[in-house]
Amino acid sequence: MMEFIFGTFNYGIYVVLILIGFYGMMAKNNLMKKLIGMNIFQWSIILFYISIGSKKGGTVPVVDPSLHPAIRAVDYINPLPHVLMLTAIVVGVATTGIALALLILIYRTYGTLEEDEILEVLKK
Amino acid sequence: MTVHFSVLIVVVPLLSSFLVFAFGLFQRRVCFPATVAALAACLVFSAGSFRTVLTTGRPVHYHLGGWAPPWGIEYVVDYLNGLVLTAIAIVSLLAAIYARTLVAREIPAAKHPPFYALFLLQVTGLFGMTVTGDMFNLYVLLEIASFSAYALIGMGEGAAPFAAFRYMIFGTLGACSYLLGVGYLYISTGSLNMADLRQILVPIYFSQALMVGLAFLLLGIAVKMAFFPVHLWLPDSYTLAPSCVSVLLAPLFTKVGAYVMIRVLFTVFDPSFSITLLPVTTVIGWVAVAGILFSSIMALAQGDLKRMLCYLIVTEGGYIGVGIGAGNRPGLTGSIFHLLNDMFMMGLLFMAVGAIQAHFRTRTISGLTGLHRSMPVTAAALVVGGLSVIGVPPLCGFFSKWYLILGAIEARQWFFAGALLLGSLLNAVLFFRIFERCYFEAPHDPAHRKREAGVKADRMAMGELIPMALMAVLVILLGLFSGYIVQHAIAHAIPPGV
Repeated sequence: MMEFIFGTFNYGIYVVLILIGFYGMMAKNNLMKKLIGMNIFQWSIILFYISIGSKKGGTVPVVDPSLHPAIRAVDYINPLPHVLMLTAIVVGVATTGIALALLILIYRTYGTLEEDEILEVLKK
Repeated sequence: MTVHFSVLIVVVPLLSSFLVFAFGLFQRRVCFPATVAALAACLVFSAGSFRTVLTTGRPVHYHLGGWAPPWGIEYVVDYLNGLVLTAIAIVSLLAAIYARTLVAREIPAAKHPPFYALFLLQVTGLFGMTVTGDMFNLYVLLEIASFSAYALIGMGEGAAPFAAFRYMIFGTLGACSYLLGVGYLYISTGSLNMADLRQILVPIYFSQALMVGLAFLLLGIAVKMAFFPVHLWLPDSYTLAPSCVSVLLAPLFTKVGAYVMIRVLFTVFDPSFSITLLPVTTVIGWVAVAGILFSSIMALAQGDLKRMLCYLIVTEGGYIGVGIGAGNRPGLTGSIFHLLNDMFMMGLLFMAVGAIQAHFRTRTISGLTGLHRSMPVTAAALVVGGLSVIGVPPLCGFFSKWYLILGAIEARQWFFAGALLLGSLLNAVLFFRIFERCYFEAPHDPAHRKREAGVKADRMAMGELIPMALMAVLVILLGLFSGYIVQHAIAHAIPPGV
């Protein structure tokens, strides 16, 4: 049991983070807190991807043919998930940017970021 | 030159969106012609690559940067996405031409360059999602399309920024879920290329990671295509978006999502897996049945014309889902054909509603009285679109529903067939109520007469009338030539093994 927990702790952490993010997005009343929840949700997936690329005892994936005549893939960590996550980070930053712009617009119109207060105004 | 067509479909609108923004800051007038020119070029590229597919009978592969497929990103045009690409190009070009006068009306002049830049970026994302053969590339382009959609919707009236923010929360949930699904597939296979994945996946079907991955993928796509239980973001955001935006977003975005669903279920995963080994498609079919009934009834309850159409989009997504649920050749023919038809039908209806809102100064169904006198072309367009949604021959909506019902009967899923018929019946009630308002009811309300008198002074521009008329003609032509399209294109577009 302990071995399972310690052997797969990277997945455990990602599951905990994604649930925290999901809770924030769905249950929080303040729109800014929803946005923070959304960010935690996105970053947890990025952590998940990064952790699947690493290997025990693996090194930086830069191959020097003069030092290593025969390349053994086991010696290097997998760079692909990390490169993918560079793109995903850019996507995350762009999402946050648009969300903040929208929040500024909402705040200017309603003077608040509490969802129930905005819905109250909209009902009238 | 024709070799590069498949990549130019994405590159040209992407680059021109930046150019439109940069040059628009100095000279605002170049924005519109540049946008139309870029979209016209896209139509040439997509029709050109689809023509290559039709003449050679083989898919066109393009390796980005010269890297061979499992390592590099690959763009593929085959029968299935060639059709979708051409349809997107036609609808977005007509939408751009149509939008011009509405943009001048709804968007402040200083915001025109960013508007056209976002418009092109939206089209870039939609083209990219369709043409790419790489799972992760699809995620990136999905997000490009989504971002521009959030920003465009945020430009709308009243509570539009709030609706856009809610859409963003849902949309990010969907995109992250898709990304997670791709991650599970990547752990199991080490590949991101769709054709490569199909080969590697066969021996490891029933691995738990794969099933979880498929579940996440489908959840993500379902959110993006507004499939029934996760459609909640759609009615608000598309209703409050400016008319010049909803005319582009409403017909295209959800349908491209439906295309991605077909792609994942039948091309990335083998049809035998999705249909028989793990009955994914049957589950989708049942959910779609619930979705058709729910959203048709919700559409009946709406007094706002645009909001009603938004619920109809959810219904149409359900029809496509029923075809996938049938999981046989006629069913899938119906799904693919309905996906194409719906782009044109919804494009036409949203153009009509945009014109009604701009010139007739109303969006409620009860305010449509006497529409045919003041705006005869728009009223006729509404009738063509409405009859096609109901499924009246010879309009295109009839033929796709015909194939869908054939598929449901062949699969012996009587509830699917029943839901299709009941949904059509509810749509008929919906639209005949509107037609009655437009054509037959005598105006008795003095405020209404005043508005009607005002409309005559406010004539529609040719730039609005011509795209709307063309769209109506296309809806009719798609119906008339449905046999030809099904036989020569869609029959080959159905993934082998169905």
